[in-house]
Amino acid sequence: MINKIVRTMAEALDGIKDGSTVLIGGFGSVGQPDALIEALIETGVKDLTIALNNAGSGRVGVAKLMDNGCVRKIICSFPRSSDPVVFETLYREGKLELEITPQGTLAERIRAAAAGIPAFFTATGAGTLLARGKESRMIDGREYILETALKADVALVEAWQADRWGNLVYRGSGANFNPTMAAAATLTVAQVQHIVELGDLHPHMVGTPGVYVNRVIQVDRGPEWTKEEA
Amino acid sequence: MTPFTRDQMAHRAADDIPEGWCVNLGIGIPTLVANHVPSTREVVFQSENGVIGMGPAPAKGTEDLWNINAGKQLITLVKGASFVGHADSFAMIRGGHIDLCVLGGFEVAENGDLANWATGENDTAPAVGGAMDLAAGAKRLWVIMDHTTKDGRPKLLEKCVYPLTGLKCVTRIYTNLATIDVVDGKGFVVRDMAPGLSFDELQAKTAAKLHQAH
Repeated sequence: MINKIVRTMAEALDGIKDGSTVLIGGFGSVGQPDALIEALIETGVKDLTIALNNAGSGRVGVAKLMDNGCVRKIICSFPRSSDPVVFETLYREGKLELEITPQGTLAERIRAAAAGIPAFFTATGAGTLLARGKESRMIDGREYILETALKADVALVEAWQADRWGNLVYRGSGANFNPTMAAAATLTVAQVQHIVELGDLHPHMVGTPGVYVNRVIQVDRGPEWTKEEA
Repeated sequence: MTPFTRDQMAHRAADDIPEGWCVNLGIGIPTLVANHVPSTREVVFQSENGVIGMGPAPAKGTEDLWNINAGKQLITLVKGASFVGHADSFAMIRGGHIDLCVLGGFEVAENGDLANWATGENDTAPAVGGAMDLAAGAKRLWVIMDHTTKDGRPKLLEKCVYPLTGLKCVTRIYTNLATIDVVDGKGFVVRDMAPGLSFDELQAKTAAKLHQAH
């Protein structure tokens, strides 16, 4: 019997090594696997490269992960989200390496990794500072730059529902980076609001087939996040 | 002379959006554009975090925390709305399926170059977000911004000084003083101006040659 459901955070994050590349889903707080991030901090893992859209806010979650010295490098599109105090301090002190990637290029680099595409040409960023050091090519009279796939050791994602096969259903705008990241890592761990019986998820509703998912853990996000969809 | 307010700038841009377009609105004044499109005109608002068919902000007590826009504000959905993930959302943008993107700007050059993400090569932690993807991928790019900086320096230039977001991508600019088209091979063409403003006064606040529309 296939059963990807785990009961403890220790099981969920078992085997994550120092120096790993970790994709972290979510856009703002929506679809961000907060409990997995907290548990990752607890493991004391070091020297991570993390890839996500923002660079954390305040002193919780991703910001705390960086504040605790777990992160060597961050790949993101928008480090200046609300209250990026930890990021700005570490970056200014030279304790954190930053790779800025346009948001769509970030998503596509992860998608490419998931799909076995090593690199792709895109017009995004052509002729700008972010094209520096990248191969460029004229195709049909337009300039494109070569961007490489972003493979990862680990993806931490959040979904609304899961079954024991690891099939994931997203809610609202909570898909965002999650389905792409779930498919691009060697180890994919999903934090979900609800676990349902196998067969209860309509096949058309499954946003991430369980084939991409290794472990699922149920986390209650609290009443304001669990209201039924209007 | 009375400059246009933020809402007036947004209203003027909204007036020029025809029914049926799929439109992505950037953070800041561009977000206000949606408030000025009458509900009788069906325009589809896309947000790059994967929302197609975004509606106005929710009434108090009806918020769904799972539904936000690219500015991380809570939103509602209109009938006919759909969700996709980031990869598909940016495929939609990069693939030329967005009729119009409206962004804010630091500078626009007369060839349509846009600078709106970093204020220098040594910017501490520049933040690009989805601006470069939108600049490269949207069918049309309109910019809403003040005509000059707070200390009076022109933001419409022969050539951008700040790092570029996209090359030759801007097609129209709505400022607090005028609406200006960027015409290939010609440059800035003034469509109209704030009441009481003369063409020469507008030219004096612009660091590139302006052309009369007629």
